[in-house]
Amino acid sequence: MNLILKVWRQDGADDEGRFETHQINGVSEDSSFLEMMDQLNEQLLEEGNEPILFDHDCREGVCGTCSLTINGFAHGPENSTTTCQLHMRKFSDGETITVEPFRARAFPVVRDLVVDRSAFDRITQAGGFITVRTGSAPDGNALPVPKDDSDKAMDAAACIGCGACVASCKNASAMLFTAAKAGHLNLLPQGQAEKDKRVLSMVSAMDKSGFGNCRNYGECSAACPKDISLDYIAKLNRDHVKAKIKKIFA
Amino acid sequence: MFTSSIGKKYLMALTGFVLIGFVFVHMAGNLQILMGPEKINAYAHALQSLPMPILWGSRIFLLVCVVLHAWTAIVLIRENRAARPRENDVEVTKRAGLSSLKMGLTGTILLFFIVFHLLHFTVRAVYPEYDDLMTTVGAPEGMEVHNVYSMVLAGFQHTWVSVFYVISMFLLCGHLGHGFSSVFQSLGIRSESWRNKIDWAAKGYAWLIFLGFSIVPILVIGQKFDLISFFEPSLFSEPLAMR
Amino acid sequence: MNLDSKIPEGPLSEKWDNHRFSSKLVNPANKRKYRIIVVGSGLAGGSAAATLGELGYNVDCFCYQDSPRRAHSIAAQGGINAAKNYQNDGDSTHRLFYDTVKGGDFRSREANVYRLAQVSTNIIDQCVAQGVPFAREYGGLLANRSFGGAQVSRTFYARGQTGQQLLLGAYSALSRQISAGQVKMHTRQEMLDIVVVDGHAKGIITRNLATGETKAWTADAVLLCTGGYGNVYYLSTNAIGCNVTATYRAYRRGAGFANPCFTQIHPTCIPVSGDHQSKLTLMSESLRNDGRVWVPKNAEDSTKNPNEIPEDARDYYLERKYPSFGNLAPRDISSRSAKEACDEGRGVGPGGRGVYLDFADSISRLGESAIRERYGNLFQMYERITGENAYQRPMRIYPAIHYTMGGLWVDYNLMTTIPGCFALGEANFSDHGANRLGASALMQGLSDGYFVIPYTIGDYLARSGTGSISPDSPEVKEVMESVRQRVDQLTSASGKRSSRSYHKELGQIMWDYAGMARNATGLEKAIGQIQDLRDDFNKNLLVPGSGDTLNAELERAGRVRDFLDFGELLCRDAFERNESCGGHFREEYQTEDGEATRDDENFAHAAVWEYKGEEKTPTRHKEELKYDNVKLAVRSYK
Repeated sequence: MNLILKVWRQDGADDEGRFETHQINGVSEDSSFLEMMDQLNEQLLEEGNEPILFDHDCREGVCGTCSLTINGFAHGPENSTTTCQLHMRKFSDGETITVEPFRARAFPVVRDLVVDRSAFDRITQAGGFITVRTGSAPDGNALPVPKDDSDKAMDAAACIGCGACVASCKNASAMLFTAAKAGHLNLLPQGQAEKDKRVLSMVSAMDKSGFGNCRNYGECSAACPKDISLDYIAKLNRDHVKAKIKKIFA
Repeated sequence: MFTSSIGKKYLMALTGFVLIGFVFVHMAGNLQILMGPEKINAYAHALQSLPMPILWGSRIFLLVCVVLHAWTAIVLIRENRAARPRENDVEVTKRAGLSSLKMGLTGTILLFFIVFHLLHFTVRAVYPEYDDLMTTVGAPEGMEVHNVYSMVLAGFQHTWVSVFYVISMFLLCGHLGHGFSSVFQSLGIRSESWRNKIDWAAKGYAWLIFLGFSIVPILVIGQKFDLISFFEPSLFSEPLAMR
Repeated sequence: MNLDSKIPEGPLSEKWDNHRFSSKLVNPANKRKYRIIVVGSGLAGGSAAATLGELGYNVDCFCYQDSPRRAHSIAAQGGINAAKNYQNDGDSTHRLFYDTVKGGDFRSREANVYRLAQVSTNIIDQCVAQGVPFAREYGGLLANRSFGGAQVSRTFYARGQTGQQLLLGAYSALSRQISAGQVKMHTRQEMLDIVVVDGHAKGIITRNLATGETKAWTADAVLLCTGGYGNVYYLSTNAIGCNVTATYRAYRRGAGFANPCFTQIHPTCIPVSGDHQSKLTLMSESLRNDGRVWVPKNAEDSTKNPNEIPEDARDYYLERKYPSFGNLAPRDISSRSAKEACDEGRGVGPGGRGVYLDFADSISRLGESAIRERYGNLFQMYERITGENAYQRPMRIYPAIHYTMGGLWVDYNLMTTIPGCFALGEANFSDHGANRLGASALMQGLSDGYFVIPYTIGDYLARSGTGSISPDSPEVKEVMESVRQRVDQLTSASGKRSSRSYHKELGQIMWDYAGMARNATGLEKAIGQIQDLRDDFNKNLLVPGSGDTLNAELERAGRVRDFLDFGELLCRDAFERNESCGGHFREEYQTEDGEATRDDENFAHAAVWEYKGEEKTPTRHKEELKYDNVKLAVRSYK
């Protein structure tokens, strides 16, 4: 395949940024999008240019490192697919592909297509855990968890923290991420003791990081490579109102 | 309670919910006009005669809801714009419907509509002569009441007014289509199994409101252009000031 | 080189207890006086940093990723073993121990493996309490599945994302300590050298990948939890960023490197599709529970549509050769059998390097929905990558480099030959011998981090006392200077070839001569070729851009440079080990029907390599492995 790539370049957080256009020929249909980017970088090197920087690591759709907004879609147009699992057979020969970083104030650009998603870590640090001292846990089977709850918790826990929800949201809201993380723990009996505190502090950390507000568009869930449902946002809203009311009457 | 991002959404949802309920009651009241002048005039008179605290209490409550709803929306939109300072070069939408994307626009137009509507029929500043429309039809024994029936029919005979009303109601329909189901989402009172049902209910409700409100101006305009005959024909012939 | 394994006295089952009792403790109030560096934030590093922080130590944790949650442990799919015996099917600590030692082809250290089996049950408890959503039965209790190399069901799993869920558990514990201020997390930082003062590890030098800043960090102990070196083969199931630099740099500073030739080839990966390939994707071994592996009996059928090949023209070779384990034969055996079938020209798919993994029988027995429930995400992933629907036609799989059993030599305390420098998880060599069983890597990483290092590090710290040195001391500055020089040297490389092209070429040499089957001639050839390639690298490498900003080419160049050295070490180790065992198969040492022949008389030891200097041949030392509790047997899965 031959392709034209319109790629975002930016030297750092303070740089304005610009698009660059490159022609790339002889791309295999079986290669992944990132392998195509590798090929482009090798070509840029040969031409004496600096390669394009982009985040990637496991290349099997689970580490959440890869990002890229491809033709306007976070992780590209395919459903339930990360950029690293997106294959070139989904594009057509001669196509012009626009590649941009995940854009959000809370995700400042580090360089080119690499953005800083540490805001997600801060949200988790605020309460995305169950306080359990190593060694103090009861037997794994001491507390039965209904299969349904466990399955729902797993659906939420499948979140890879890639930030596609933020990138696809018109308001750069991080509600789906926060809801998935909080929902996973709030659904389990182990997570009940800290539920209220968790919800309030995670939402507060989210707000402080400069994300936008949820407007129930559903773009986040549509872009989510792990298909995390909007139900978790409803649940987060519910858990949050309960926690607030309990706090008022406490 | 309402300071966090989620809190502001509760405020939107709660005020929105009040207004969703209000439009239904308002629409049901309005539709009495189809049953003739006695009904609607009596209904209007009954409302006007409510004890002061109740009448003004509800008016202020509704106004406060509108103001809070609009003000919170402005705050949220400003924050949202700041959160995404740069648009994508290619901006695409995968799932969100037009009604959800245009809540700000439809909301703004509706706000103008509400102001106009109040000036038009409640304060009657647009056509002050509506104040003088009095009648005994539908009034209690030995009293004169405001002739709402005549006023509405007169009001909607201005084609531009009716067109504006119908368009606004269409926008309200869109606004409700997203807003109704959003209330449930924002307050967290829905689950997977309820999602589709709520979405359908929201759409059905939005169209019901649209039809219920639009039917009156549509009928009036229809009769004005001699396409149908529904209301008292005499109200379509003489100049308003004569009655 | 002192290779005292410090195995505690007493019967096997009491060693760990005895050791914990005889280890010195650090008083709770004194813990805050110690600073510990943890490099890596995967299962081993993340759990260690969290637990040590919880105990009250000051911890600095480093990772090259942008978040500790992205370490490659996250990609482990299948599960984690534990001797819980919840299935009542005959499991016990001793059985898990035995299976692991046997699975490792009798090249691991008995005492370490026994301890691993002992703490395996605590790991499950710990993870459940953290909220890891393990699969459950309808009664709400934990579910298990069976895995290669075992005849009991002892594997706990969270769909096909067990590694992810366990890592997120460790990450959540780590996050708690970060917010408590006990752990300072340093992301996008790569360790480039270790500081050894008076023979003790006292710090590390890192490069901030985003800003290019090199910086020295000092501490009372250094934990290397930096994973394996599978990427020396270029194509592997490892993440692109996985590298040997941290452990190799420690090796250069005096840590012995044990058994580098013990590499594991995973039998069920998606085959290579072309030259563009940058990594290989694993399909969980759990698929072998319900899939049947076959190739056509006749080579001429190999290009046919598999659904048109009749039953009697198919060779279910694993079931035929290993009737009692069948499709669940251990990884090394399954991989080699696949290679043999392809070498005979019976391989399928592009280049004839693939075998079928067929679910037709299971689908007709259990229904497609049951299979979808169990492996839905894997089938989806397969379709994304290959464009084929595995519910309708058999999957194509082929072995790929997956895990490395070798690593820094550690004693029973997980301490390397540099006092104060510990190695945990895949970075060390201790528990898997010559071959790792499925679902045991997660077990080992978490065992090291949650339940072993918190005890053993206390003993070291209590004995050595606080004594962390200043980052401005001359010893530190000297190491810092050498790191800077190295970075500058790479940055100024203005030749013609990209580091990726060297990496690819190195990978090809490694795969051809030190892959699934090795022989002395090939290995010698490989060593020569690697040396030539390294010379060329030193002359012709091209690194664009500068060193004071994010520069992926510079990062890769540094890693590839270490792989070029390390690849040679791996080949040397493979050359010296004149036997076939586990993942190390030497063609010269096999039975007539192609089974591996171990040489217990001469090679029942861990080979530990000592660095002797640039361009000098390293020295091979031995730690003899004693087996008092198991009988060395020919590993048979027939």
